[in-house]
Amino acid sequence: MIVFILRRLLWLVPTLWVIVTLSFFLMRFAPGGPFDGERKLDPKIEENLKHKFGLDLPLHRQYLRYLGGLLRGDLGPSMVHRGRTVSEILGEALPVSLLVGFCSIAFAVAAGTAAGLIAAWRQNSAVDYALMSVAALGVSVPSMVLAPLLIGVFALKLGLFPVASWGTPLHLVLPVVALGSIFAARIARLTRAGVLEVLQQDFVRTARAKGLSEFMILLRHALPLGSIPVLSYLAPATASILTGSVVIETIFYLPGIGRYFVSAATERDYTLALGTVIVYSTLLVVLNLFSEIAQALIDPRVKPR
Amino acid sequence: MIVDSRAFRRFRRNRLAVVCGVFVAGLAACALFAPMLAPYRFDERQPEVGALPPSWRHPFGTDLHGRDLLSRMLYGSRISLAVGVAATLVSLVIGVSYGSVAGYRGGALDNAMMRLVDVLYGLPFMFFVIILMMVAGRSLINLFLALGAVQWLTMSRIVRSQVMSLKEREFVEAARAAGASGGRILFRHILPNLLGPVIVYAALNVPAIMLEEAFLSFLGLGVQEPTPSWGLLVWDGVQTMEVCPWLIVFPAGAFTLTLFALSFLGDGLRDAFDPRSRA
Repeated sequence: MIVFILRRLLWLVPTLWVIVTLSFFLMRFAPGGPFDGERKLDPKIEENLKHKFGLDLPLHRQYLRYLGGLLRGDLGPSMVHRGRTVSEILGEALPVSLLVGFCSIAFAVAAGTAAGLIAAWRQNSAVDYALMSVAALGVSVPSMVLAPLLIGVFALKLGLFPVASWGTPLHLVLPVVALGSIFAARIARLTRAGVLEVLQQDFVRTARAKGLSEFMILLRHALPLGSIPVLSYLAPATASILTGSVVIETIFYLPGIGRYFVSAATERDYTLALGTVIVYSTLLVVLNLFSEIAQALIDPRVKPR
Repeated sequence: MIVDSRAFRRFRRNRLAVVCGVFVAGLAACALFAPMLAPYRFDERQPEVGALPPSWRHPFGTDLHGRDLLSRMLYGSRISLAVGVAATLVSLVIGVSYGSVAGYRGGALDNAMMRLVDVLYGLPFMFFVIILMMVAGRSLINLFLALGAVQWLTMSRIVRSQVMSLKEREFVEAARAAGASGGRILFRHILPNLLGPVIVYAALNVPAIMLEEAFLSFLGLGVQEPTPSWGLLVWDGVQTMEVCPWLIVFPAGAFTLTLFALSFLGDGLRDAFDPRSRA
């Protein structure tokens, strides 16, 4: 297991290298540059700026310089936000994104598992149909539709939550629900299907014969095994939560890295855009690793590769 | 052909899927005949009118520039559906050829090709699409290519596993004994048998890509004004939702309904073509 984790972490290095290289060169092929603002800069000033950020060097030299900085953990200065380094900006923005993302996953898993378990427990009852209809609808409501809906109802009409911005725990509720709901719906469907399948297996009959209560069977036997499809779904889900957070941060004006990525990409802030991509990719690989470990721990049939 | 009448009978019995199929067909017709159906042009501005709530003249109201929302949605459905279908076709071409070569050749080549897919799976793809759109410019063709280029991974995995089991079957052996070349066997004997799973996956892929197009347009990296796409209309609606709620309600509702219909149509097709993989 430890060897497996170490090997996966080692894979992170070549993966990140590919990502950095691809994004570095792709971005340089994009027309425009970080200093093409609204008004034209004096050529002399532009020259100086380019020199300051090393943009006057040949491309391969710039690339090597960037890699060298990266090895020392230096993401370079931001080219648009003058006087600030990329590490500073991301250091402020990352906790916001992590908090929103983590709460969304937690919300999706908690709500989805509970709904799926209840639906399976009361299979074919009104509760089951109600929960599963909501889930069926929920899997096709994208966050960019749900978010304005939630704002409209809970912030503008009822005034229960702040419309946008950041600060108190109350600011967290609407973004988390908007981001997590679609995953909660899918997890509910997966959990229900998984639990129902486990309930038909022989060892469950043994447990029943042993006199275990139906509730204990569900909790001790059906839920862990029935959650395996959920666990393998968690990896792609966290990936989409990462990308989905870009939209959510834009709608709710959250100061997270998703918003910085979009503005950095459109403003050609090369260093900030690259830094964001690196942070996102690392997160993605590490989260994938977590979900694989969890799968291997629960299901002895899964052999870590 | 593996697409047999039994599958269609199974599909017909699934009422929800049939209803969704009819809805999607109707929507496709609306998109196709948008110029005839739309009461106004999508970029016909009436600045003196401004944003009007729904009325008989404008069933879905008008936006801030006085453009008829129903007409914009009709034209927008063309863009959204076209992107969904075209990008799926792009991903189909890449995924099927990549997966079938890996599956058919097997061995070290297969290993290397699938390792690459594993690595690519770990990449935050949406960011590449965003960067690609920056590099190539915001045109429809680029949107097709960029979205298709990142959606082929799952398709290649499905095709590979299918080809691996098909190539051991007797009819392939017979073709080989008759002296058919590798390419001929792949194209004439194996690929036609892949039609079922490929259709199913493609159908499930269309809503996913439409969502990604909406996402890009939403961030200002998809189609360009005044061309409407549903993502763009939703974003316009979000910005003005406090004063003109109809600008968000109609596009968001239509978009959600379409995604719902497409994904349940895809589920229905999967259950009909492959009853074992019921999830």
